[in-house]
Amino acid sequence: MERDDLIEYSLDAHHSEEKGVEIRKKIYKVTILLTLVTIVEVVLGAVIKQDASIWPLVKWTFLALTILKAGYIVMVFMHLGDERKWLRYVILVPYFIFILYLIFIALWEATAIKSVLNFFS
Amino acid sequence: MAGHTAALDSKTLWGGKISPFSTSYGKLMMWFFLVSDALTFGGLLIAYGFTRHDCLEAWPIGEETFNSMPFLGHGYPLVYVALMTFILIISSVTMVLAVEAGHRMDRKGVTKWMIATIIGGFFFVGSQAWEWYHFIHGSEFGKIELADGSVAIVKGHFGEIKNFTVTEAGNHHKKGDIIKEDLMHTFQHAAAAGHITNGIITLHDGAKASITKEKDHELTLIVKKSGKVNKASKAKRRITGAKAEKLYYEALYSGEANRVIYGANLKQNEYGPQQYAQFFFFITGFHGFHVFSGVVINIIICLGVVAGTYHKRGHYEMVEKTGLYWHFVDLVWVFVFTFFYLL
Repeated sequence: MERDDLIEYSLDAHHSEEKGVEIRKKIYKVTILLTLVTIVEVVLGAVIKQDASIWPLVKWTFLALTILKAGYIVMVFMHLGDERKWLRYVILVPYFIFILYLIFIALWEATAIKSVLNFFS
Repeated sequence: MAGHTAALDSKTLWGGKISPFSTSYGKLMMWFFLVSDALTFGGLLIAYGFTRHDCLEAWPIGEETFNSMPFLGHGYPLVYVALMTFILIISSVTMVLAVEAGHRMDRKGVTKWMIATIIGGFFFVGSQAWEWYHFIHGSEFGKIELADGSVAIVKGHFGEIKNFTVTEAGNHHKKGDIIKEDLMHTFQHAAAAGHITNGIITLHDGAKASITKEKDHELTLIVKKSGKVNKASKAKRRITGAKAEKLYYEALYSGEANRVIYGANLKQNEYGPQQYAQFFFFITGFHGFHVFSGVVINIIICLGVVAGTYHKRGHYEMVEKTGLYWHFVDLVWVFVFTFFYLL
């Protein structure tokens, strides 16, 4: 049966020309930011060797910059920032709980295995 | 609003009138798919981290492994992959511009930006093919097992091979022949198979030839696995100058098979532990396949835009949904880039 009372949510995303100009401005800003972050990453990676004493700091900088880039892509390009609050939580919270747990358990186990391998080699 | 409330009896509420989070079904399902796909990639990258963490051998370093540029040769650490990343980011931007144009019902704008996105996607897939080719093909020096059992990777500029001069006739070549074709390929095959002894190469037909080769420049050995003499410790692992040259050619011209490894396959690779190449092929391959399918989906949706399907429908949500997938592909690359190339 064809229903005419269904809500067409897809139309909610429509916006005016003026709003479009504003949105595009934001997109260009994020583009410049992402490009700059990538350039900084590559320069750091090419200039600072992994033997250098400040390498651990560089490593954590890479991770922080990656999270920053990912955040901008998800929140601005994928419009998750504009969705309902609870949609955001339903997507992000289970993911982070699972992945953080997996990272923890994988690194913990890898450390244990490495100590065993070292013992026998 | 009051009228609205009155209509919300249990029949309509359970009849599917309202969608969760005020988001359309298709978009919600795309998000759930992306979460599951993100878990897959997360699992793969964590497996990579696991293997790298418990590996006793030295793991390859991005800037040492990926330092070539098309037409320019070696010595450009990470530049090419940075370019690839930039291409993917830009194609993500053109995609979001297409989505924005869709929200204004600007059909021409959507078409324009989607075509730009597709071109960006093709460029990325092509770059990845080049990257793979280079990874599989390997460097000119390869990875070498030195006389004392230590293993080292080699950096520097390989002096060009000019020719082989046949000194002892074989089935095909006569004494005094000068061979000028397919030199590098023949040389590497012979070196890996142990058919070069003291600068004399044994060719396929049994002929022996001397090698005329230009001098290498800035040959540097970086010891990755300690042997009896050469150690992989931070202070000692770099060997340069005449000593490096002597050690390298002593091993290369030893006449023993499998002392040198060129390039990468699933069994061995010149960059580091064998799991490294396996993870590289699997993760970048899986991502590359995502990009490829993304390009195909983009083309299909772009044809729909041109045909006016979505304009008639009154909204361009299909563009938004493919956009979500495309941005996700970019998102995954951000992480692959960090874990494979930077760290």
